[in-house]
Amino acid sequence: MSTAREEILGRLRAATADVSTPVGHRGEVPVIQEEGESEQATVELFVENVADYRAEVVRCGPDEVAAAVADALRRRGSRSVVVPSGLDASWVAGLAEDGVELRPDSALTADQLDEVAAVVTACRVGIATTGTIVLDHADDQGRRALSLVPDHHVCVVGVDQVVHDVPQSLGRLDATRPMTWISGPSATSDIELDRVEGVHGPRNLDVIVVG
Amino acid sequence: MSTSPADHGAPPTGDVGAGPTAYPDEPAPLQRTSATFLGMPSFQTAAKAALADTQQRRNLAHATATIRGKRAAVVAEVEAWEELRVAGAAAKDEVLHHLPHYLEQLEENLTARGATVHWARDAEEANRIVVGLVQERDADEVVKVKSMATQEIELNEALEAAGIHAWETDLAELIVQLGHDRPSHILVPAIHRNRAEIREIFLREMGEVGRPAPEDLSDEPARLAEAARLHLREKFLRAKVAVSGANFAVADTGTLVVVESEGNGRMCLTLPETLISVVGVEKVLPTFADLGTMLQLLPRSSTGERMNPYTSMWTGVHAGDGPQDVHVVLVDNGRSHVLADPVGRDALRCIRCSACLNVCPVYERAGGHAYGSVYPGPIGAVLNPQLRGTGSDVDKSLPYASSLCGACFEACPVRIDIPALLVHLRTQVVDEASGRSVEALGMKAAAWTFADHRRLEAAQRAATVGGRLLGDRTIRTVPGLGAWAQARDVPTPPKETFRQWWRRTHGDGAGTDGTGTDGTGTDGRTA
Ligand code: SF4
Repeated sequence: MSTAREEILGRLRAATADVSTPVGHRGEVPVIQEEGESEQATVELFVENVADYRAEVVRCGPDEVAAAVADALRRRGSRSVVVPSGLDASWVAGLAEDGVELRPDSALTADQLDEVAAVVTACRVGIATTGTIVLDHADDQGRRALSLVPDHHVCVVGVDQVVHDVPQSLGRLDATRPMTWISGPSATSDIELDRVEGVHGPRNLDVIVVG
Repeated sequence: MSTSPADHGAPPTGDVGAGPTAYPDEPAPLQRTSATFLGMPSFQTAAKAALADTQQRRNLAHATATIRGKRAAVVAEVEAWEELRVAGAAAKDEVLHHLPHYLEQLEENLTARGATVHWARDAEEANRIVVGLVQERDADEVVKVKSMATQEIELNEALEAAGIHAWETDLAELIVQLGHDRPSHILVPAIHRNRAEIREIFLREMGEVGRPAPEDLSDEPARLAEAARLHLREKFLRAKVAVSGANFAVADTGTLVVVESEGNGRMCLTLPETLISVVGVEKVLPTFADLGTMLQLLPRSSTGERMNPYTSMWTGVHAGDGPQDVHVVLVDNGRSHVLADPVGRDALRCIRCSACLNVCPVYERAGGHAYGSVYPGPIGAVLNPQLRGTGSDVDKSLPYASSLCGACFEACPVRIDIPALLVHLRTQVVDEASGRSVEALGMKAAAWTFADHRRLEAAQRAATVGGRLLGDRTIRTVPGLGAWAQARDVPTPPKETFRQWWRRTHGDGAGTDGTGTDGTGTDGRTA
């Protein structure tokens, strides 16, 4: 008896015996994307589209990140925050003085993460046409659970990280890394096809655009 | 005209050579129709019952109108939409034409990255594999991300039979599961339920299987969503095994992609130790770069958003991040049978966006349950008889569950010409039923008409200009339309059957050259 694998591949081969074109016949994968008018216009579109999902977006200068992070946590009443190991320490400096508890990620369990109010991360890429931030979970973003279980996600995006359209983002991403593409806070359209924010992922998303 | 309508089955020229090829010994097997849908009445009968349910009709009309508007707005934003559709279709065709090659590449990359790949010929084998993996890990429950493939193979039933609880975590799936109901839409399986009904289900059922709904639960969508969040969180935090599907499986990298909204997908894909993904063999994409096309097409077509809230990608096992025990089950279950038909195989391009459901006038009125499958709507009308054959009443009737108005093709992000495929299937149904009956010839003529856009347009022009052959009332009696019209609770003008009409207008032996059906292309909604 042949194995399932051989049998399925055999059936599929027989089913496509009529195909005479070789693999890759279609040529290069077409890159269909919108180009931004200027870097500035792209960043503005990114900000507009992220805000459209009812995420909070603020823009600030490179030396104002810590203040913007502190502000976001205060606004949502988040009193504890998990900090990925590679996060720029200056972004969370001074939070302790604010009375916010900093939790470095020392193999916190999911239950422990569930007790933490917020997480602060960097990101890998921002996409303007869709208002998306892409995490590839490098050390400045932390493993996937960190930006998932706490109910409040503060994400810091550099303007040089923002690309205009989806295909451009792929050029900056490494497929061998785990990835989470985030477009607004968690939401559902399952009740009468109307979008409602706030289900299992973080219900509050703050995006800080730097530069 | 000299072209015989029987020629319609010939494959398109250029890319393909010989006709459909059988597996050396026997044709690839069909999917076995599950007990759930065995004995389902024909679509028309079931639709008639659905039409009587005014609440459901109102729910559906409201929901599909909402989503149609959203989709239209975000699609209009993309100037190159048509180019994207062409590229999306080309990417899927590349895969489908060389499926063994891409599956082997996918397997190689997954294995190299630490995942274990399993192959399942049919539903039973897939279920056996998944149940076995769960049992080996001593788990008595799994959390599940919404997945058409696992619904198709009825994995939940198989797990329950083995004493393993399968918790659906997608909000709509949860509503369906708690309501002891069946899904009626690809994207929003509980589309037939309104907020008041959902509230009742939550209040009644949540406490039976976990954390009860708050007593003061209102029917505000935000409160309902919060109830689901609270109910499921304990399950996410303790689950050891998750089961998912995949929207895409990228051959050249081994990356699996799950597109979702709520974060329940992320929970399942991240927190448990073991992740089992059940993936239909047609879900493969050739390259990572193809995601640049698909991730533009899918969200805008599906939920009518520029991008869905969350998309997760993982490539095998990622050390120190997420499940360390990763399995992928590649499922055939009738797909090789569909692939063997050079015309019908286009249906395997489907990325399950559900745009065709939302624009379909027949779906909007009949609802999803009448299709007798987890795949409802226009794509279900095509795919179910292809996967399961046309042995049952419901599968025989599905190719007629359409007015052939063409809205589904216009909406489809991967350009599946659903009306043409429906007509193609009608010829098969008739061939099987009665050999070369009068209807068979009529259908073949219709197939011939629909197979070529110029002929179709000419036919439509003819029908509009003078109703030359059909007059103004016989439109309802052409194949397909007649079937649908009869399922509606409105008086159907023609007193004669299609057969009678054909005899009257053509005589018994007439019509073999396909010229008699010039009017079949008329939009059903105008009839
Ligand atoms: S057939 Fe096309 S429109 Fe319908 S669900 Fe599939 S991809 Fe979407």
